[in-house]
Amino acid sequence: MEKFTVLKGLAAPMDRANVDTDMIIPKQFLKSIRRSGFGLNLFDELRYLDHGEPDQDCTSRPKNPDFVLNQPRYAGASVLLARQNFGCGSSREHAPWALLDYGFRCVIAPSFADIFFNNCFKNGILPIVLDEVVVDQLFREVAAQEGYTLTVNLPDQEIVTPAGQVIPFEVDSFRKHCLIHGLDDIGLTLEDADAIRAFEAKWQQQAPWLFVNP
Amino acid sequence: MTAKTLYDKLWDSHLVKQRDDGTALIYIDRQLIHEVTSPQAFEGLRMAGRKPWRVGANLATPDHNVPTSRAERARGVDGIEDSISRIQVKTLDDNCRDFGITEFHINDERQGIVHVIGPEQGATLPGMTVVCGDSHTSTHGAFGALAHGIGTSEVEHVLATQCLIQKKMKNMLVRVDGQLQPGVTAKDVILAIIAEIGTAGGTGYAMEFGGEVIRALSMEGRMTICNMAIEAGARAGMVAVDQTTIDYVKGRPFAPKGAQWEQAVAYWRTLVSDAGARFDRIVEIDGSALKPQVSWGTSPEMVVPVDGRVPDPAQESDPVRKAGIESALKYMGLQAGQAITDIRLDRVFIGSCTNSRIEDLREAAAVVKGRKVAASLKQAMVVPGSGLVKKQAEAEGLDRIFTEAGLEWREPGCSMCLAMNADRLEAGEHCASTSNRNFEGRQGYGGRTHLVSPAMAAAAAIAGHFVNVNDFVKQ
Repeated sequence: MEKFTVLKGLAAPMDRANVDTDMIIPKQFLKSIRRSGFGLNLFDELRYLDHGEPDQDCTSRPKNPDFVLNQPRYAGASVLLARQNFGCGSSREHAPWALLDYGFRCVIAPSFADIFFNNCFKNGILPIVLDEVVVDQLFREVAAQEGYTLTVNLPDQEIVTPAGQVIPFEVDSFRKHCLIHGLDDIGLTLEDADAIRAFEAKWQQQAPWLFVNP
Repeated sequence: MTAKTLYDKLWDSHLVKQRDDGTALIYIDRQLIHEVTSPQAFEGLRMAGRKPWRVGANLATPDHNVPTSRAERARGVDGIEDSISRIQVKTLDDNCRDFGITEFHINDERQGIVHVIGPEQGATLPGMTVVCGDSHTSTHGAFGALAHGIGTSEVEHVLATQCLIQKKMKNMLVRVDGQLQPGVTAKDVILAIIAEIGTAGGTGYAMEFGGEVIRALSMEGRMTICNMAIEAGARAGMVAVDQTTIDYVKGRPFAPKGAQWEQAVAYWRTLVSDAGARFDRIVEIDGSALKPQVSWGTSPEMVVPVDGRVPDPAQESDPVRKAGIESALKYMGLQAGQAITDIRLDRVFIGSCTNSRIEDLREAAAVVKGRKVAASLKQAMVVPGSGLVKKQAEAEGLDRIFTEAGLEWREPGCSMCLAMNADRLEAGEHCASTSNRNFEGRQGYGGRTHLVSPAMAAAAAIAGHFVNVNDFVKQ
């Protein structure tokens, strides 16, 4: 996993509540057995005017000129501004894979769906929850100023706007640690292998029927 | 001793290690695996040179991609016409073989939707922690288990360590008291709950369902309710263990036997929230007042009773919600104020991990028996949740009732719930569906989904538009 420390990036607004994971990456692209290559199909049904299929050449597909990420001013954006309940729906990790592959490293919203929120951290994406009033302000500022760039500082847990306003944010300390160091949490968990074995032995005594193999 | 909720008990019994930073290692008893969210996890294991921690804790089956037409299924994996789907199913077979994981293959009669086969086999048991790379894993909470969906990184984490890194959620109780009216089912109850609390209402909570209505439901009804807890934002839904739970589990292939059965039952009976246990939030629903429900929009909270009307955005003061209603009306091709019963349908889908079990099929068959599907419909299909559900339905003659009425009788799989296989809507088509999500494009590009119960879907298939199943049966 790529480390996340300080990100200075162009912000793009996704002004819509309850953006679900089917919208982020439609199901036909879930047939891939790889982790990469989903960026071309991020928000596929909103982004293109035709129906997309896996392994299609996307360069010749008709783009929806009204879709925000198709506007030249948001090309190269790495911070996504979003509305409440972002990432609701399925547990597909293809959703954060698609965001990451497209170039987003940070998503800011008033609230996220639980599974999506968790999946982001596993892939080097920082999801930040801010108060709805603050998110509203950022939406207004992004719309008003072309090239609106946010500096997201994870070690200091703050976002700095182009005007120099400092917005603090909360992040779980374990997840912060893993993101900053780009850590594989399987390796960390296996440091507790003895504790897992001890638990398992005790649990097998208490509930032996759970250890009958299918 | 402090009174505990069911969730507290399940959490405490699986706590391997509480860390200082507030996270905890939680032991996982069962992982269900399917073809879509597992290939990258197995690849990760291989790249790191790791093996499954406890191979017997896992059970796999292909479900999302498998074709449901008899002709295509007859040739097994090699017969899957979509080459990308075929590779994904083959990859599951290869991974399960290489790592020694039990898999019910495509034409094994035990194959089916993961959330149908787990309980059917007794691979889901009370008191377990159950995970799967699929958000509808909340289904298994119906057994008094702690069950929730995970992403692919966590699938790999569970394979490698038998644990998950978790933070404890808050406790919510949704209590449904009263008595359901005829024609009102578990599906209507959960749709009404989501309409009440919203799709983010349960975010951050483990959601226990209780009250007279839940207690009176069968296990299949409870599974339907817990299945859609995630549509209310809650990763985990659950119902306390009672005699209904124990009776359902008894005799299933992976259920404990003999002395272990007695020992297990004694433990399972403790899996209820204690009197006086503290919930962070309690929602009360009057079950007696509920009518059959229909979703009109593009989010599972956009639901009204069948005698209701499509809402008018002009009546909504919140700008974000108003924009949501306007966008949904446009996508769905509906007018504000339109009667639900005036929505004309193109297709009907009876199936999915929400509603493809034997009781669902009986419910639908009872409505269509001796009738014919409306001539205006392009297609009505019934997709059983597993090979064993299909076998049981055929033994009861339900397949003939469906086919004589003009519904297609299919092979088991996820099918048109998410349209990863060939079963899908065309752009602009309206579908009465017993599935769980009405998101844009969910059942096919441009497709328009209306979520309903099996009985309501069956009645809609006959009428060609939505009707109250009760009025319909009386005719």
